[in-house]
Amino acid sequence: MKTILQLRGIIKRFYIGEPNELQILNGIDLDVREGEFVAIVGASGSGKTTLMNVIGLLDRPTEGEYLIDGVDVAAASDRELSYIRNQKIGFVFQTYNLVAKTTALKNVELPMLYGGVPARERTRRAKALLDLVEMGDRVKHLPEELSGGQKQRVAIARAMANDPAIILADEPTGALDSKTGRTVMDLFHRLNKEQGKTIVLITHSEELARETDRIITIKDGSITGERAGDAR
Amino acid sequence: MMVMENLRMAIASLKANKSRALLTMLGIIIGIAAVIAIMTVGNSVTNTVSSSMQSMGVNNINVMIQSRKNEPEERESGIVFGAVEHSKEMTERDYLTDEMIAGLLEEFSDEIEAISASEAVGSCEVKNGSASANVTVTGVSQGYFAANEKTMLAGRLLSAEEATGARNAAVVSSEFVDDLLEVSYEEAVGRSFSCRLGEQQVQYTIVGVYEQVDSATAMMMGLVGTECYIPLTTAQQFNHTENYQNLAVVGKVGVDADALARKIETYLDGHYRSNRYFEVSAFSMSAMVTAMADMMDTIVTAISVIAGIALLVGGIGVMNIMLVSVTERTREIGTRKALGATNESIRMQFIVEAMIMCLLGGIIGVILGVAGGILASNLMGAAAAPSVGSIVISLLFSLAIGVFFGYYPANKAAKMNPIDALRYE
Repeated sequence: MKTILQLRGIIKRFYIGEPNELQILNGIDLDVREGEFVAIVGASGSGKTTLMNVIGLLDRPTEGEYLIDGVDVAAASDRELSYIRNQKIGFVFQTYNLVAKTTALKNVELPMLYGGVPARERTRRAKALLDLVEMGDRVKHLPEELSGGQKQRVAIARAMANDPAIILADEPTGALDSKTGRTVMDLFHRLNKEQGKTIVLITHSEELARETDRIITIKDGSITGERAGDAR
Repeated sequence: MMVMENLRMAIASLKANKSRALLTMLGIIIGIAAVIAIMTVGNSVTNTVSSSMQSMGVNNINVMIQSRKNEPEERESGIVFGAVEHSKEMTERDYLTDEMIAGLLEEFSDEIEAISASEAVGSCEVKNGSASANVTVTGVSQGYFAANEKTMLAGRLLSAEEATGARNAAVVSSEFVDDLLEVSYEEAVGRSFSCRLGEQQVQYTIVGVYEQVDSATAMMMGLVGTECYIPLTTAQQFNHTENYQNLAVVGKVGVDADALARKIETYLDGHYRSNRYFEVSAFSMSAMVTAMADMMDTIVTAISVIAGIALLVGGIGVMNIMLVSVTERTREIGTRKALGATNESIRMQFIVEAMIMCLLGGIIGVILGVAGGILASNLMGAAAAPSVGSIVISLLFSLAIGVFFGYYPANKAAKMNPIDALRYE
């Protein structure tokens, strides 16, 4: 199968050249294949958030090579990074990050808006995606009118808006109770199986990680273990 | 790109904070309203004054004696509004004489139609039962009504006999009758009234009533409405003079009034060359219209500068609130960037928001300004004339304020690091 994410010797340092220079990632090598459901597990301070930022193109690595869907991001300008984020990555955050005072529908339309999709097509697709996450009856609701689990489902629909190559989920169930967390995880499994989406799940929960195809353990900025999950 | 979406987002964002947006707009509203109101009043007054002055006869030239001034440019302008400080009281020998009038008529016989003389007596309080009014008493020659046309409502103008015989006859305004006598204009003719002028108590008999026209011009010239004209000779007797403080020259049709005014001034200057304290000033009505327009322009400019300062302060208020808004929405900005928004689209979003806020303020300001201007014009008796040009310029200017003061906060939003923005609590 095709490799969709390819990280080679990724190093990330902060405060470069200053006395308190800090190396967070110490040469990460990672390959994620298309259609894979991967969990990155680590305690807080292990560097998993920094790794997610690098994978999500929110941050550039200090050293190393990173190819996403065959595109080398080292040479890309900020504008090109915005475009790649828009087209190839769908973010799901722990805190949902829906835009306030904006309906569920408009929230799902946002990535398509920045992607230049015509208005009619945006609305049509956003409605279809909200139906997919079983939020079709909450189209006109504002984020403040939705429960945590509902918000996260809208956020997942938004992540799918431009049909990205991968979905990057950072502690997606971290703010939810176990029951609603379960429905969100089930949704990820469905998207993975039915739509063949590549999903990278960042979590500190071993329990959730075990549901995936492959578990990558990160500690002190290095990958310390890799094993198959129960889904395999 | 995405113009409609940006507009929609901006309006939604302003709706979400209605009272804050309104308070922020207040500076812009006040600034624009002030500019528009002043422009409207200025326009209305200038239009009305010049049209009524034109109707009074552009061929009329006023000749008057005034104190010598040291500044030559002031002398050239001919007219000075407001009080002129007299360094010396005018005496008999400073006035215009019959010989000068005869000289003028002879010198410019081709250009002058008539010369009318008037003699200000003063103002006095006239009482009739509980009613009382301040009446301005002016002595006029028979030619006066040729220069200042009046519509007679009852009775007649002053007769030649009264004019030369120094009779105590008076032509009064319709307002005089309305305010004091409370009888019809026909009944007013033949009635007498007495008034106290200085030390003397004088009795006048009304021979005619003319229609008082309320106009901005009358107001600007300080006419109170209750006017009373008596024969020139009567006034001269009262003032113990045989000469004139001012004259009105009526130019013949087709004569360039400005040029004639200059020629008259030059001619009369010969008589006043040796006078250390006073000089002659002659100006046409059209020069007066121009001077009035110039004065209006000066007032408009001065108030516009003040309004400009209000707009500047308003713009700073907009910038301040936009900065607050950007900080409050840090997470939203981070999210938008994660979803693929470029720096340019974030910048555009906030600039459009500032522009819409300023434009809304501008529109409200224009509405208030036009309403205020029309109200003020009507109170001043001028026909309201809102200036379309200044409305368009004001709206464009308020948009420009939005761009100018919105740019810095918008740029701050655009340059946010998405990681920090997403983590912002």
